Amino acid sequence: MNVSRLLPLVIVVPLLGAAVLALAGRRLPRIASDVVSVVFAAFSVALAVTALLGGAHGDPYVVEWLGGWRPGPGGTGVGIVLAADPMSLGLTVLTSLLVLAVLVYSWRYFEEPPRQRSGAFPALILLFQAGMCGFCLTGDLFNSFVFFELMGVVAYALTGFRVEEPRPVQGALTFGIVNSLGGYAMLLGISLLYARTGELGMAQTGRQLDGREPDALVLAAFVLVAGGLLVKAAAVPFHFWLPDAHAVAPTPVCMLLSGVMVELGVFGVARLYWTVFAGPGGVPAEAFTRTLLTLGVLTALLGTVMSWRQRHLKRLLAFSTVSHTGLFLIGVGVLTPEATAGTALYVLAHGGVKAALFACTGILLDRYASVDERELYGRARELPLVGVLFGLAGLALCGLPPFGTSLGKAVAEEAAGHTGHWLTAVFVLVSAVTGGAVLRAGLRVFLGAGPPPEEEEPLTGARVSGDEHPETGSRLRRIPGTMLAVPVVLLTGALAVGLVPQWAAAAGRAAHLFAAHDIYAAAVLDGRAGPPEGAVPAQWNAAGVLLGLLSTALGAGIALLGVRRPLAGFTEKWLGPLRRLQSGHIGDYVAWTTAGLALLAVLAAPGTVAFR
Amino acid sequence: MTLLPYLVAGWIFLIGLYGLVTSRNMIHAVGCLSVTQSSTYVLLLAIGYRDGGTAPVYADAPTDARVVDPVVQALTLTDIVVGATVTALLLALIIQLHKRHGTLDPDELSELKG
Amino acid sequence: MTRQSRLWFFLAAATVVAVLLVAAFLALPHFGGGFHPYGDRSVRAALAHRTANAVAAVNFDQRALDTLGEETILFAAVLGAVVLLRQIPGERQEAPRPAQVPAAVRRLGVLLLPVALLVGMYVVAHGQVTPGGGFQGGIVVATALHLLYVAVDYRALERIRPLALYEVGDVAGEAAYIVTGIAAMLAGSAFLANVLPWGTLGTLTSGGTVVVLNAAVGMEVACGVVVLLAMFLDQAVRIEESPGNSAATQGRTGK
Repeated sequence: MNVSRLLPLVIVVPLLGAAVLALAGRRLPRIASDVVSVVFAAFSVALAVTALLGGAHGDPYVVEWLGGWRPGPGGTGVGIVLAADPMSLGLTVLTSLLVLAVLVYSWRYFEEPPRQRSGAFPALILLFQAGMCGFCLTGDLFNSFVFFELMGVVAYALTGFRVEEPRPVQGALTFGIVNSLGGYAMLLGISLLYARTGELGMAQTGRQLDGREPDALVLAAFVLVAGGLLVKAAAVPFHFWLPDAHAVAPTPVCMLLSGVMVELGVFGVARLYWTVFAGPGGVPAEAFTRTLLTLGVLTALLGTVMSWRQRHLKRLLAFSTVSHTGLFLIGVGVLTPEATAGTALYVLAHGGVKAALFACTGILLDRYASVDERELYGRARELPLVGVLFGLAGLALCGLPPFGTSLGKAVAEEAAGHTGHWLTAVFVLVSAVTGGAVLRAGLRVFLGAGPPPEEEEPLTGARVSGDEHPETGSRLRRIPGTMLAVPVVLLTGALAVGLVPQWAAAAGRAAHLFAAHDIYAAAVLDGRAGPPEGAVPAQWNAAGVLLGLLSTALGAGIALLGVRRPLAGFTEKWLGPLRRLQSGHIGDYVAWTTAGLALLAVLAAPGTVAFR
Repeated sequence: MTLLPYLVAGWIFLIGLYGLVTSRNMIHAVGCLSVTQSSTYVLLLAIGYRDGGTAPVYADAPTDARVVDPVVQALTLTDIVVGATVTALLLALIIQLHKRHGTLDPDELSELKG
Repeated sequence: MTRQSRLWFFLAAATVVAVLLVAAFLALPHFGGGFHPYGDRSVRAALAHRTANAVAAVNFDQRALDTLGEETILFAAVLGAVVLLRQIPGERQEAPRPAQVPAAVRRLGVLLLPVALLVGMYVVAHGQVTPGGGFQGGIVVATALHLLYVAVDYRALERIRPLALYEVGDVAGEAAYIVTGIAAMLAGSAFLANVLPWGTLGTLTSGGTVVVLNAAVGMEVACGVVVLLAMFLDQAVRIEESPGNSAATQGRTGK
């Protein structure tokens, strides 16, 4: 069977699973619902892997026109296309694997209201998977908006899942409003593109834009669509929803949000640029690079700085995700295939590492009913395996070779270094400090290192305190095997990304096909396969290993310093105003989102419409 | 003036954002979000209009009649359903918010900071 | 940020965005112009598949994946509302109190109900021929049922609304859409291809799979919206806080 016929099934199988669970969940016991959900998730992992491997042996582009609406000569059609290059198939596989991990993690131990509806939570997770896979695979702008909204709706419901507590509903509400705004801005941009080109498919739109000069309409369309995607990616200043959502969402949901959903926003921006705006009629390369580098550096630095002073472990990890989004945006913005390959590897490994960190935090939450670094001081000495996993993951975030994060960082920062050496410094600094924050938290919680926290510490600026409710209904006496196995497997996967040379080489080939405007249009519209030769060497080299070791050493040093807290007052004074920005007020967040759109317009305008 | 429908769409988008920024009640905020979304309907339908065109339904029109763009109308239908469902979900969250916090004023919702 | 500073910050940003939008609108094609290549192609494709309502053809035939996604969003929102509006520990369900309604109003409600239902189902069934279709008709059917709530009271509505049945209908509608698409694959074509006989333009059974998908969406929307409204109405009418618990929540909100 032609592998391209399987492509819609990757999206549809989780939908069927969700329907079965929603229906049968009323009657089935918990264990049966869990088994059914895992079976459906595993099936769709198998489908995604088949599509990826099938593409590897033949035509790398797997293109399927739905409903049989193949385009006529010149690519004029009426149907929707699913155009999967190796990069999007790889992301689909990552998504499906993380969903499987999440379903296994919440196996039988996640307190699942409502009564008699035991299938509701796994059904929502499977719907989330369908939305994410659809977003990766689609080649049509409006279709990607539909899947963007599907991801969003399910995420809002999952984030506010624990309605018995006051904070989750507030976090879910701000998440919902800001992300919906992003979606509507995206739709405005798509309408503008449709008016100009008369097409909705990405390849078709790109080809139509190629024939003309860019003008204010192209700029506005880029600002609106990219702005919507950057809201999903949590770039500064669209990022305010992410820490609030992560602080309150159930742990399995956090694993998915940080592990893959945010990265899909970055993927979306890259896909948008390369398919639609990369030709002569779109946004010039310098303008795009300037925009993404500015936002990327701002995001990376802000996320780093904010993650350092967090006591709430989940918020700390959330800001770490923000800082890594900044690094991914820098990698994409540099616009070379090498940087894209490095970013792809970094995204893959980061997904595994971040999900493993959230899994460990969930274990702490369920055991001690707290995720506050100070409340947990020293209490987790009795969980050595979890401590080792936490520490390894923190070192992986710093960039310790041979983890996949280190390989991706090495390739990306070398490629970015060609644009400017200060970018390499940003990579090293950001990964060191965010990894150091995680290590510091781990040292405090699992080893009881450093001075014990004073009781009368003045709470300068309201901090999110850590009294939480365990997600398993009551505190766990014994950590179940599934909850321990999942972070082990995820970290091993992240290690494998760095060690298996075939995967790195495949990422190089995928980047070569991804970062090319004409190859995409030819593959989708004309049915011409991309050139099989030509790949980017994505492998270890001496400079990369040294920089990885350097950032790890820096991170460990910062963690040890942080444990002793010599400069607490100093950092508090400088960070105070920054922390007050994260106010939890919806009006603030919407004002910042508007400001972000304005910033995008100002950054992208020179070269597109002005000073041509 | 042939720019008016587009300007109306832009105005609706911005006034909805203004309402969100200055809102004192979360239900009002979700209503403003709906207003922002209506700007997408206006823009889409304005783009699809054709002078002298009739509805793209051929039950009683000849098959060579001049019609407006049906694709845009299909997109708007999808958009309306998406907007209605998102609004429903956000209102469900607001019901629970009111029960937990006792207030709907964003200025008083201060649980998540820093 | 203070209210004032937030407002000025927003106005500054909105001015830039407004300038951008106006500049873009000036570059748009003329309002009412004739450049709609996709629209012209889709009209030709709709007529080739004998679907008189070109919008339905675009929704259910040419861009059927969009409609699957949209239907799934509704399904997800209903599931999400069921989860978010559930009864939590510390709340209990009270029986709804009967309402005093004049007999004439009751009679009107009971008489109008089947008429409204019929109109809704008519709109669903004729979606491929006249403006209408699954989404529009489904909403009419769902709200028609609630005529009993408006004209009589909640207990009357609950009698015609066994919730489990509607949840099954919701799932069945979603599954029917997917199964139709997969059936097209098994028939040798692509997913969601229009493999049924297309019939004659303008008749009730024209359009092939458009008829089937229309009906599936109609059922899903009607049942889904009934469940959604049931969750909201239960919160308003049935679910109350247990008396011993008001102190606990007072303590929480006082934090």
